[in-house]
Amino acid sequence: MSEEEEEIRIGVFVCHCGSNIGGYIDCKSIAEWAKSLPHVVFTQDNLYTCSETGLAQIKKGVNENNLNRVIVASCTPRTHEPLFRSCIQEEGVNPYLFNFVNIRDQNTWVHQKEPEKAFEKAKELIAMGVAKAAKLEPLEKIIVDTTPTALVIGAGVAGITAALSMANQGFETHLVEKEAEIGGKLNILDKLYPTNQDASELLKSLKKRVNDNTNLTVYTSASVKSIEGFIGNFEIEIEQNGNVKELTIGVIIVAVGASLFTPTGLFNYDGQKRITQAELETLLKNNQVESSNVVMIQCVGSRIEERKYCSSVCCMVALKNALEIKERNPKANVTILFRDLYTPGTYYEDYYRRAREAGVIFIEYAPEKMPIVEDNQVRVHNEYLGQDILIPYDLVVLSTPLVSNEDNKDIAQMLKVPLEENGFFLEAHVKLRPMDFATDGVYICGSAKWPVDITESIAQGYAAASRASTIISHSTLEVEGATSSLPEYNRNLCTGCEVCITVCPYKAISKDENDEILIQQVLCKGCGVCGATCTNHAIVIRHFTDDQILSEILAFGGQYDGV
Amino acid sequence: MVFEPKILGFLCNWCSYAGADLAGVSRVQYPPNIRVIRVMCSGRVDPMFIFKAFQVGADGVIVMGCHPGDCHYLEGNYEAEKKYNMTEKFLKLIGFDNRVRLEWVSASEGTRYGAVVTEFTQQIKDAGPSPAKDNEELLFKLKALEMAAATDRMRALVGRERHITEDENVYGEKVSLEKFNEIFDKAIKDEYERAQVLLSLEKGVNNVKLLAAKLDIDPSIVLEHLLILKQRMEIDFGEIMENTPVFVRL
Repeated sequence: MSEEEEEIRIGVFVCHCGSNIGGYIDCKSIAEWAKSLPHVVFTQDNLYTCSETGLAQIKKGVNENNLNRVIVASCTPRTHEPLFRSCIQEEGVNPYLFNFVNIRDQNTWVHQKEPEKAFEKAKELIAMGVAKAAKLEPLEKIIVDTTPTALVIGAGVAGITAALSMANQGFETHLVEKEAEIGGKLNILDKLYPTNQDASELLKSLKKRVNDNTNLTVYTSASVKSIEGFIGNFEIEIEQNGNVKELTIGVIIVAVGASLFTPTGLFNYDGQKRITQAELETLLKNNQVESSNVVMIQCVGSRIEERKYCSSVCCMVALKNALEIKERNPKANVTILFRDLYTPGTYYEDYYRRAREAGVIFIEYAPEKMPIVEDNQVRVHNEYLGQDILIPYDLVVLSTPLVSNEDNKDIAQMLKVPLEENGFFLEAHVKLRPMDFATDGVYICGSAKWPVDITESIAQGYAAASRASTIISHSTLEVEGATSSLPEYNRNLCTGCEVCITVCPYKAISKDENDEILIQQVLCKGCGVCGATCTNHAIVIRHFTDDQILSEILAFGGQYDGV
Repeated sequence: MVFEPKILGFLCNWCSYAGADLAGVSRVQYPPNIRVIRVMCSGRVDPMFIFKAFQVGADGVIVMGCHPGDCHYLEGNYEAEKKYNMTEKFLKLIGFDNRVRLEWVSASEGTRYGAVVTEFTQQIKDAGPSPAKDNEELLFKLKALEMAAATDRMRALVGRERHITEDENVYGEKVSLEKFNEIFDKAIKDEYERAQVLLSLEKGVNNVKLLAAKLDIDPSIVLEHLLILKQRMEIDFGEIMENTPVFVRL
């Protein structure tokens, strides 16, 4: 290949960053010194390399000196590498032939009192950067076609919202629900906080919108059987009534929700006189609550050793239902036994205030002294009184948490996405990518991730749909070029031991029909673990090759490979 | 003259490198002895890099990645830990284990990054200059460690450790961590000795007696190593000299 024979011509641009770097070390003399490094044919110091002038100087430098590798010694690659990469790309130099040397964030800013040492450190870092640059290879981003279709798994309120949003944007959308009816928990709820709207009303309006939408296909009593492929091009099998339908899907949204927890063995739960909030919802819905002494117990089966999390919706559900009982029968006594009450925001706090005003009694209990549900009374220890309070009841309502679905594991395995310790789905990053999975092209919303209420489910449904549409609103997508690969010249090194398959977190590595290792570049994220593990050093991590890193190490020790 | 150690740091792009940048943005001051090589994931740090660094004059090497559970690549830092543990065990054989460190530093821990680097720099200052500098014997041993860590046996053990000890194999068996460590520690010792045998052969130390004396290993064990290396087709019988078989490296 001509690229290998081509003379390596490196240009080094040392940035003053105003006085951020230049105020501490002599950038001009560093630029002069860099001329002595192997393969360096041009150096320059700039006041601000990232400015219009600075970029113009890089372009001029590249053109006048036929540079085929460019180094900028400045702030940090985490903010400015894309800018310089595209700058040299405009001059016809492959963007991967750019190398960044960090002499500000990790040098002049942190050694302000030792400028002489920072000066020496900058030189050594540049020498290491030059050594790596000499070994850099041009890479191409891969372009993949995308299919403008979406799959939403789970037709609860989050899933329906996401599916409607996708369909309304014009994407062919498939909504899969394992139950016979869509609507999820809306089917069992009475009223919804904070509007006190009937759940059935919202469900009816959602169903109508789903039915009227021509872009949306609903599969009830159905499940996803298999998922293969990758972002933009998933191959899906949906099973419904024994029939299997195959689809090509661009993006997937997981909205499987969560399950109700049955508190068997807790507080004498019997489903009759001692029920859960979900069961109370059904009674309220059917106008069957006749009790005049109601005791609700919060945090039943949550915030304990085996289930550490707060289910987040139960406080509000209890307040809403307590108010509902009081509204229908103002003479009813409603007592809520709680550990902590969680009513964030103005609307929810207002519910608490209204419940207090309506005469709902709140009694705190400590987890060390749990309330005891006896035959006709509840015994709760009050720390302030230093004694037990006895509350007569004809209905005990247990506020139980939403728990993760049992089949989450199967779905997670098919999608190659992780679950957290409680079996809920784990997003890519809690703050930076809350609706994404680490696996590209797969998104998450609603209680599948964590128990959330209807309001939040709707918001998340829209959010996931908007994230998903950023992918399929383009006909193609670019995939990072700096990935792992098993180059042809290394094929004979591969022993087929499959350790790479074991360590790859993205299932990007598999064996093809000829029993040969196949790395799917579009699935690979370039972490490099496979290369560092490969038992016979056959896998190459592009842009972070052994050769490139070793040359940096040698330069660190003052040695230059091949000079 | 005051000893200024040369420290090499391998930082993952997403957490530790970002943490190091944040230290800069927050103007956290720390000693200027560290030189950083950026990798995408701490799991990319091939043990070979660390042995190489010591051979070219590093006084200390630190690897930094995301906190457990926070890895940008899901579980790369766990792989990093396995690789690091092996490296540390190898280095212990030559008393270099106090010159390496594995730390988890997140993108938000700029202050902690500064504290970790400061503390590690002090640790290396206390340990003094690396004895490997211009020391043929130690450089030979470091080279042997590098070769031992690069064998497919060690790499397969490290690569499969989590799979072997955490998941069951196809027969529903699981190897306990103790059992695994037992096998692992034996492998560390064996492969280090075998690498030394290979390197010695190059230097003309080429029969059982000479090898046993040079490496201070029992001759019967040397013979075992030689037979295994022959099986691996790394060495061969050369000739018989004065009733003693001589081996050559292939």
